[in-house]
Amino acid sequence: MGWSRRSFLKIGAGAAGGLALGGGLISDWYGLDAPRATDPETDGDRVIPTFCELCFWRCGVLAYVKNGRVTKIKGNPEHPLSRGRLCPRGAGGTGLLYDPDRLKTPLVRVRKRGEEAFEPVGWDDALDRVAEAMQRIKKEHGPEAFALFQHGYGSSWFNHLFRTYGSPNIAAPSYAQCRGPREVGFQMTFGDGVGSPERIDMERADCIVLIGSHLGENMHNTQVQDFARGLGRGARIIVVDPRFSTAAGKAHHWLPIKPGTDIALLLAWMNVLIEENLYDRDYVEAYAYGFDQLKAHVADKTPEWAYPRTGLRPEAIRETARAMGAAKPAVVVHPGRRVTWYGDDTQRTRAIAILAALLGSWGRAGGYLLPSAMKLPKFPYLRYEENGAVTADRPKGGDYPLADATLASGLCNATVPGSSVYDVKGWMVYGTNLPLTLPDPANTARALQALDFIVAIDVLPAEICGWADVVLPEATYLERCDELDAPAYKEPFIAVRQEVVPPMYESKPGWWIAREIAHRIGLEGYFPWADSMEYAKDRLHAAGHDCDALRATGVIRGPRVPCTYEEGVAPEFSTPSGKIELYSTSLAEAGFDPMPVYTPHEEAPPGYHRLLVGRVPTHSFGRTTNNRLLSEVCDENEVWVSTAAAREAGIEHGSRVVLVNQDGAESMPVRVKVTERIRDDSVFLAHGFGHTANGLTFARGRGADDAVLTTRYAVDPIMGGTGINVNFVTFKRA
Amino acid sequence: MEPRYVMVLDTRRCVACSACVIVCKTENDVPEGGFRDWVVSETRGRFPALSTENRSLRCNHCAFAPCIDNCPTGASHRGPGGTVQIDRVKCTGCKNCISACPYDARFVHPRGFIDKCTFCMHRKGAYTACQTVCPTECIHFGDANDPGSEVSRLLATRDHKVVAPEAGTRPRVHYLV
Repeated sequence: MGWSRRSFLKIGAGAAGGLALGGGLISDWYGLDAPRATDPETDGDRVIPTFCELCFWRCGVLAYVKNGRVTKIKGNPEHPLSRGRLCPRGAGGTGLLYDPDRLKTPLVRVRKRGEEAFEPVGWDDALDRVAEAMQRIKKEHGPEAFALFQHGYGSSWFNHLFRTYGSPNIAAPSYAQCRGPREVGFQMTFGDGVGSPERIDMERADCIVLIGSHLGENMHNTQVQDFARGLGRGARIIVVDPRFSTAAGKAHHWLPIKPGTDIALLLAWMNVLIEENLYDRDYVEAYAYGFDQLKAHVADKTPEWAYPRTGLRPEAIRETARAMGAAKPAVVVHPGRRVTWYGDDTQRTRAIAILAALLGSWGRAGGYLLPSAMKLPKFPYLRYEENGAVTADRPKGGDYPLADATLASGLCNATVPGSSVYDVKGWMVYGTNLPLTLPDPANTARALQALDFIVAIDVLPAEICGWADVVLPEATYLERCDELDAPAYKEPFIAVRQEVVPPMYESKPGWWIAREIAHRIGLEGYFPWADSMEYAKDRLHAAGHDCDALRATGVIRGPRVPCTYEEGVAPEFSTPSGKIELYSTSLAEAGFDPMPVYTPHEEAPPGYHRLLVGRVPTHSFGRTTNNRLLSEVCDENEVWVSTAAAREAGIEHGSRVVLVNQDGAESMPVRVKVTERIRDDSVFLAHGFGHTANGLTFARGRGADDAVLTTRYAVDPIMGGTGINVNFVTFKRA
Repeated sequence: MEPRYVMVLDTRRCVACSACVIVCKTENDVPEGGFRDWVVSETRGRFPALSTENRSLRCNHCAFAPCIDNCPTGASHRGPGGTVQIDRVKCTGCKNCISACPYDARFVHPRGFIDKCTFCMHRKGAYTACQTVCPTECIHFGDANDPGSEVSRLLATRDHKVVAPEAGTRPRVHYLV
């Protein structure tokens, strides 16, 4: 826009000057003067630091505002998680802010639940309905019958609301549907989880091992930066993936493993490290418990034993084990992120942890770090009144003894009457699109229809909103202030999310919504602050920091903390033995294998292929697929099919097919990518596409959703994770 | 000495994420459907012996620029530091340059002129938006006439190539291999 106004003015000046001065200014008009570069004038009149919410990594950004509009978003150079750089999603945040499909007013349902028929109402009306339902369900069934499903950094206000209300049923799908098994696997081994941002030091690693992790397609900013820096330093890259991922394209060794056999490979690697004396003997002797049991356990798990199981040549297994051994302890065996694959995921991630222990890489530079967070006292809230209710997420007569968080899938199951220890009657859903997030969407639909009440709080009219009785439009991350961020990280910091521009339409920030509900149900004493910035100021003041200084720069950085044993961190392990448990006493006591055991998984029936899912770099699952700016690069997903599999099925590159799974469930039509980059026994689909919600006018009907194909899932008996790589698909012409 | 701006991109680090594409669109207010840069990921070989090369592509600011030679109005011209620029006032949108460009680096702006990468010359050679956003730090921009610059060092120490050298245009965007 800036350009047309400038040129208009110039033309005007030239025409007026022409009368007085003749040709001089006319030539300027025709541009015959010195060449000039056109300034797009997107720098704006204000630059406001905040942090991103296009995914959950929370990179510091600088938002440029011009005439009240955000023109562009750049990385904040002061912020340790962005270092001034961003992934495409972070750079595309304006596509969310100015999405024409945004929820604009509170809505209430007018027809049958799930038919997506709503009428707009005022905030008071909508909030009164939510408050009434929360009071009623509390009175009739107890507060524990109202569950909160949440994801995203704005959820803290609602977690607080539910704690004060008295419900222990607060769950994020990021646990049982994503990272949970890994946290438990590492906890059982080192007495500590991996956390997010992951405590790995790829920047200084001499060897990086990715098992299914597809960095470069999975764009957690700092991780990709560290991976690239490791690569630039000449780190040996080993990628284990049935698909030739972007990361595999960078690797020195690509192991195209048969899916579902990773534990066999991990055991064989341990065998080589021990048999060839390549493990870190001093480290293991000093810190580890159960080495002799492990040695006996893997004695016969040779590369030759693993070969027929994994399809990987023994020489390749030996060569890669030796590369790790040579680089130890500066080896990152990446713990993975969405690790819910086959139901034995805690054991697989434990095998990764054990491998890391043999390499001596936990607590070492170039391996796993032991970071700490900056001091930031909690807000001095009143104590929560605990009513002693257990969570509802365990099946009747069953349990997941080592789960350390509530299971979103379990709470969903508990909503189908009679399935669990008690029934859940009400849902509040904040920022998580459960129909596309939980496996077995038919079960999710049953739960939704059984509910007494459901309220959805979101920015966009995602599928879950279509099922809600009341929909509350939240302001986007660029229009609101959220909880302060002070994670454990090698360069600890405190970051602020603040309002860059005022909320558009009638949307409101989450803190306001939670506070308004609290005031309506007699819990105002738990929300003693006027707004979230007052809350933030209080906490910062208690830590001795100046809020205005933080708001000016977006981040307060602490000194780099010691993160390794060499730097003076004490080697302490909060496991039962006080050591790194190669042999897990906790698992043994709970009746599970104390050391990971390889068990074969069901294979695809003839004509079917295992469905593998992952990411594309421009999208964060379904949260960004309606973002028109990001969609200019990628506006639908493709199903990756090997050349041989496509020939056998008679499907061509670029054609559209429907994926049909083993139970007859069908996807939406999706374009075929015929490629050499995947095994014949698998197909790959990026998650987050195939929306059906009417309100997502851009994303609706683009690509295919994998959730509808996950009619089966394998539950991890240790912690209740839902492994989804157990579904098989064939093709039907669209 | 007059600077000679070049861009050097490390294909070994690039992950083809397209952050450079998105940031360029917002930095330069590029209209919907138009791109000043784009990314290709090229795979060679048969399973499992495969290799991939990722490249972020854009106008090559060629030393011998057919777009300039074929522009009837002088809109496409040699800009600061040897870059190729388009004067939007002089451009009539005739598309001669689009036909002449071996790299398909240009598009018609909805307001009637031709648009393409400027090397962010509104920053006067200080940096480009794509260079600053790139999470893999694979994009380098600078003055090849300055022997101490990062781009000079990279071109002196690493193997590199240009896209379609056979076009004879002497591109100023180099790819480290």
